[in-house]
Amino acid sequence: MLAFFIRRFMQAIIVMFVISVVGFAIQDNLGDPLREMVGQVVTEAEREVLRDEMGLNDPFFVQYTRFIGNALQGDLGTSYFFKKPTLDVIFAKLPATLELVLGATLIVVLVSVPVGVYAAIRPQSWFSKCAMAFSTVGISIPVFLTGIGLIYVFSVELGWMPSYGRGETEQVWGSWRTGLTTADGLLHLILPSITLSSLMLPLFIRLIRAEMSEVLQSEYVKFALAKGLNPMRIYFLHALKNTMLPVITVGGVQIGTMLAYTILTETVFQWPGMGFLFLEAVNRVDTPLIVSYVIVVGAIFVITNTLVDLIYGLVNPTVKLAGKSA
Amino acid sequence: MSHASESVAIAQSVDAAPSRWEKFKESHYWHSFKKDRVAQISFTVFVLFVLAALFSPLLAPTDPYDLASIDIMDSEIPPSWSEEGEDRFWLGTDAQGRDLWSTILYGTRLSLIIGVCAVLLQAFIGIVLGLTAGYAGGRVDSFIMRCADIQLSFSTMMVAIIFLAVFQAAFGSELYQRLALIMLIMVIGIAEWPQYARTIRASVLAEKKKEYVDAARVMGFGSGRIMFRHILPNTLSPILVISTVQVANAIITEASLSFLGLGMPVSQPSLGSLIASGFEFIFSGSWWITVIPGIALITLVLVMNLLGDWLRDVLNPKLYKG
Amino acid sequence: MALLSIQNLEVSFGLRDGPVKALQNINLELNRGDRVGIVGESGAGKSVLGFSILNLIAKPGFISNGKVLFEGEDLVHASQKRLRQIRGDRISMIFQDPMMTLNPVLTIGDQMVECLHAHKKISKKDAREVALQKLQLVQIPSPEKRLDQYPHELSGGMRQRIVIAIALIMDPDLIVADEPTTALDVTIQAEIMELLLNLCEQHNVALILVTHDLGVVAQVTERTVVMYAGRVIEQGPTDEIIKAPQHPYTQGLMNALPQNCLPGQLLNQIPGSMPNLQNIPQGCAFNPRCEFVKESCLKERPDLQSTATHDVACFKVHPERSELLSTGNGSDVKERA
Repeated sequence: MLAFFIRRFMQAIIVMFVISVVGFAIQDNLGDPLREMVGQVVTEAEREVLRDEMGLNDPFFVQYTRFIGNALQGDLGTSYFFKKPTLDVIFAKLPATLELVLGATLIVVLVSVPVGVYAAIRPQSWFSKCAMAFSTVGISIPVFLTGIGLIYVFSVELGWMPSYGRGETEQVWGSWRTGLTTADGLLHLILPSITLSSLMLPLFIRLIRAEMSEVLQSEYVKFALAKGLNPMRIYFLHALKNTMLPVITVGGVQIGTMLAYTILTETVFQWPGMGFLFLEAVNRVDTPLIVSYVIVVGAIFVITNTLVDLIYGLVNPTVKLAGKSA
Repeated sequence: MSHASESVAIAQSVDAAPSRWEKFKESHYWHSFKKDRVAQISFTVFVLFVLAALFSPLLAPTDPYDLASIDIMDSEIPPSWSEEGEDRFWLGTDAQGRDLWSTILYGTRLSLIIGVCAVLLQAFIGIVLGLTAGYAGGRVDSFIMRCADIQLSFSTMMVAIIFLAVFQAAFGSELYQRLALIMLIMVIGIAEWPQYARTIRASVLAEKKKEYVDAARVMGFGSGRIMFRHILPNTLSPILVISTVQVANAIITEASLSFLGLGMPVSQPSLGSLIASGFEFIFSGSWWITVIPGIALITLVLVMNLLGDWLRDVLNPKLYKG
Repeated sequence: MALLSIQNLEVSFGLRDGPVKALQNINLELNRGDRVGIVGESGAGKSVLGFSILNLIAKPGFISNGKVLFEGEDLVHASQKRLRQIRGDRISMIFQDPMMTLNPVLTIGDQMVECLHAHKKISKKDAREVALQKLQLVQIPSPEKRLDQYPHELSGGMRQRIVIAIALIMDPDLIVADEPTTALDVTIQAEIMELLLNLCEQHNVALILVTHDLGVVAQVTERTVVMYAGRVIEQGPTDEIIKAPQHPYTQGLMNALPQNCLPGQLLNQIPGSMPNLQNIPQGCAFNPRCEFVKESCLKERPDLQSTATHDVACFKVHPERSELLSTGNGSDVKERA
């Protein structure tokens, strides 16, 4: 267990290192911090002195070490636009994005597992055929169009749902403002969550159905039948547990995709999360904020992927946690 | 036009000789195609899209790139079948007064060009790396596949958004707009190579065990020749299946990037940027600027996915899972 | 009353080009404690026969005709609920490949006790106790430890012992073993087979042993059924069939056994291979591979007829019948065409 954890941890560190180099390279090449700080009136000679003082003329490696040193102390620079530490700005927006991802994940899990399992057990039924047709169509609709469609139908035409923003939010602890505790906040969460889940839902229905059908063909399911077990036990214990193993792996990869698509969903619904913030930062050429976003998102990727691998190792007995996977 | 010559090339390779055409007509593919209504409809619609893209300058009543022919007074005219519509504009006009039908034709053309070219690039990189990994094995293999894993875990969309955003911030949006087409092809092309690499590697590993590869080696053929002349042809059916789905995915990715303002500029809209430009007008009731290109986009992607499904069922290749 | 009586069983597979008969006209009777071997090449339908006893044929296969009577109760038309009560309790199965038979993500103990819980009210503690006893019965070292292990932690031979323990867990009346040793190491095969034989003898359990190995059949069973292309072509007491096989196919199988070859000589193979069920040759299904083939074999299929010792379906053994048929009655030929 420990060896597996350490191995996985080392890998995470290496990936984080690569991300930090990318982040630093962006910072190094994108925009001149002096221009933001001192404006046009300062002469070239004075600028050179300032550059020296700030260490901007130091070799790449020295600058990078300084960058990492600061980053490890939680300092990724100050946003040009907000005039505040970038991490503060990003963490203020993080709850909105996480709540959106949570809502979408709940929808995906609660819908795709029962539908996928049912479609595998009764492939010929009317409902299964509809579900599969839905997932083929769903996979072909870009996320932002789903969002636009939902807004057009439920906000513009029917007027049932709000079309933008988070609605009413409450301070829970620290700087965490949540929309989950107010009715208005939950109402605002519905359409964006459905939109974000529309990306994964068809994929997972198809995946679970395919894996489950394959497992249902297996010898051990036949043997379970020959033992005279209750079909519910066979489907939901014997088969589902084996089905979920590849689903967990794919799910881990898809978390990254989901995070990327929060940018689209947040743009459509003007959801005040990290993705929306990032696009604003790009338009304002707010370099420190862009770099911080890249690093924070990179860290989220690495952490979730590591966690998913660990969960997989815990769920799957054939992975020897001490060594290589089967 | 490169996508056009590509599709022609594919078509020629399928029915190069009359005997092959005869064989094709006898084959299991043709029979299953004749039976499958969904595949027939999808294929027809897809061909219509390709034709529309190829001949858009001839089909379009106006040139949406020609600023002189656009009158801002014509903006936001609804489609001709609605009350306030005008016969001049079949599908209405967008916010800048461009004929929507013409703009959609040109947009489809751009979307298909980007999709096909990006997939060609993906396929090239992926096939080369996948063949190398599968054939060389050992350290080379594990290094390439580890890179593929990490690349995949970061999702194409994220990589593309960050790359394009940084590029735009660095070089300004004016230069960016001029280079958008090439940038999109490059980014989507580079970001998705692992799909191909994994599938090709898996089939190479399967093929490598077979006797004909040993035979070729015994006969003294070099590894390059064995890979390209012997192994590659046997991996064509998975490549074909992936390619169909990948072009559809590339089109979606392109549309999404354009929607975020990181893709094709509004002056030269792809389907995605057209939808984006119409989005704000949805609230004032001008639904058609968004909805009609949206339907075109969904239809195009859907028929490609359906064709991909059909091909997968018929060719039944062992695709890389997970 | 016989323990198991299979009457005129027919199993079909609904394929795209229409149904294909995988089993035809199978009759078999078994009493308590009987041991019967079902022999044939792969594709002969012997495994399908094994599965059809428990009505466990996977789609697109189905029992299209006939009866499987278990203590007089027809399992072909039994309800799913009734079948579940019988499966694993009165009749249990042992599968071919122990590597695939056990669920990789559940512990050995779970897979054993769930079978107990499915068939009777029993406390968790008692169930574990029974599982432990059965593991001791199949001679697994340190059984206590095994209960909490996962299948992948055990060797193939060990896993097959566990499968046998699960088959025995409800003290069944009949075990259907589908090639129980084929997937195992040669060195372990004999051990497992002996274990199975001893356990069946001790507990007076009837055994249907499906195998392609006549040697194993000779060692374990009292009666033998030889199948070819979905039909029984020879059946009778194992001794008689081993001593004097009548059907050319059975003779071929006997000759192919390694012990019937001289050292340094090639094994005596039967030329050719089993026909595809979708295009079984007209007449005797074995005719393309038979060295004694005659004109009548190409036209008409021989029925199972008794000889002095057992039943055989071959015109070579029953020449008078082939002459009778060659005088013109071709109704059966038409039906097949």
